[in-house]
Amino acid sequence: MAISISKSYYWKGFRDGMPFILVATPFGTLFGVFASEAGLNIGQIMAFSAAVFAGAAQFTALQLFQENAPTVIVLASALAVNLRVAMYSASLTPYLGAAPLWQRACAAYLIVDNSYAVSIVRFEKEPSMTLRQRMAYFFGSVTPVTPTWLLASYFGAILGAQISDGWALDFALPITFLALIGPMMRTLPHVVAALVAILVSLPAVAVPYNLGILIAGMAGMVAGAQAELMLARRTT
Amino acid sequence: MIQPDQTSIWIIIIGLAVGSYLLRFTFIGLVGDRPMPPWLLRHLRYTAVAIVPALIAPLVVWPSATEGQPDVPRMAAAAVTLGVGLWSKNVLAAMFSGAATLYGLLYLVG
Repeated sequence: MAISISKSYYWKGFRDGMPFILVATPFGTLFGVFASEAGLNIGQIMAFSAAVFAGAAQFTALQLFQENAPTVIVLASALAVNLRVAMYSASLTPYLGAAPLWQRACAAYLIVDNSYAVSIVRFEKEPSMTLRQRMAYFFGSVTPVTPTWLLASYFGAILGAQISDGWALDFALPITFLALIGPMMRTLPHVVAALVAILVSLPAVAVPYNLGILIAGMAGMVAGAQAELMLARRTT
Repeated sequence: MIQPDQTSIWIIIIGLAVGSYLLRFTFIGLVGDRPMPPWLLRHLRYTAVAIVPALIAPLVVWPSATEGQPDVPRMAAAAVTLGVGLWSKNVLAAMFSGAATLYGLLYLVG
């Protein structure tokens, strides 16, 4: 009984993760194309996508590598872009932290924008879910996207420079993430957090090494938390 | 094509793989089910809703494909995607409307 219920949560996660195939396909393909243009061979491109498994960080690293930035700067910047997965990890911990260590070790590798965004919404909406159901849901939510990401990187690597700029694949990432933002605006503090993050992010592009994203993100988080406190004070 | 330095490529791949895994593992692996303070949880509630817009806003205003020139089809696509998402609360509907707007306008503008 318990197993069949976790199984059905696995498939719920799977279904909710499906739309991200539409994201991972162009995004992974673009990475493969971009990396092969930078001179990486197929083995390196596949190792990159499989071991790092973080699109934005991979793009950042390649961009800086092509600009002949020192290796230390390449690593530091790409990891800074990826710092948000540490925040995702922290944010999932109250929901998944009680699971066995091996499950958490596997789940950690699979914490990406997509699995986080889908899972956290479900966990907040359904506080009655058990730990097993949450784990099942989380693994389900990344199942469609993981093979897609690898296949698309491979496809892009083979395709190389044949893709034309007219496809506007650069905008696949913004459109996907913007589509995610709408349903996230559940309360006033959520809206405040997003608005502050946007306002800070624009001038913060001047901050070197992509640190602006983190600064703006932190500002948004503080603003959201403060708005929540203020609203709570007013209602009590 | 320039032949890139193989050693630094592998250092970058391995360094990023290890670093990214540590970033992902720190909280969920090491903190586990120990309770976290309320102020931390209060901030963490707004992680996604702050970081995602912070990542996207500059890409919308200064798209890399146009070398940072603000671009009408991309701005319009962004506005439609966000608007449909806010109104319908449906991720796929928002995504398709945004993509349709982008391709439609790119086709019209040329």
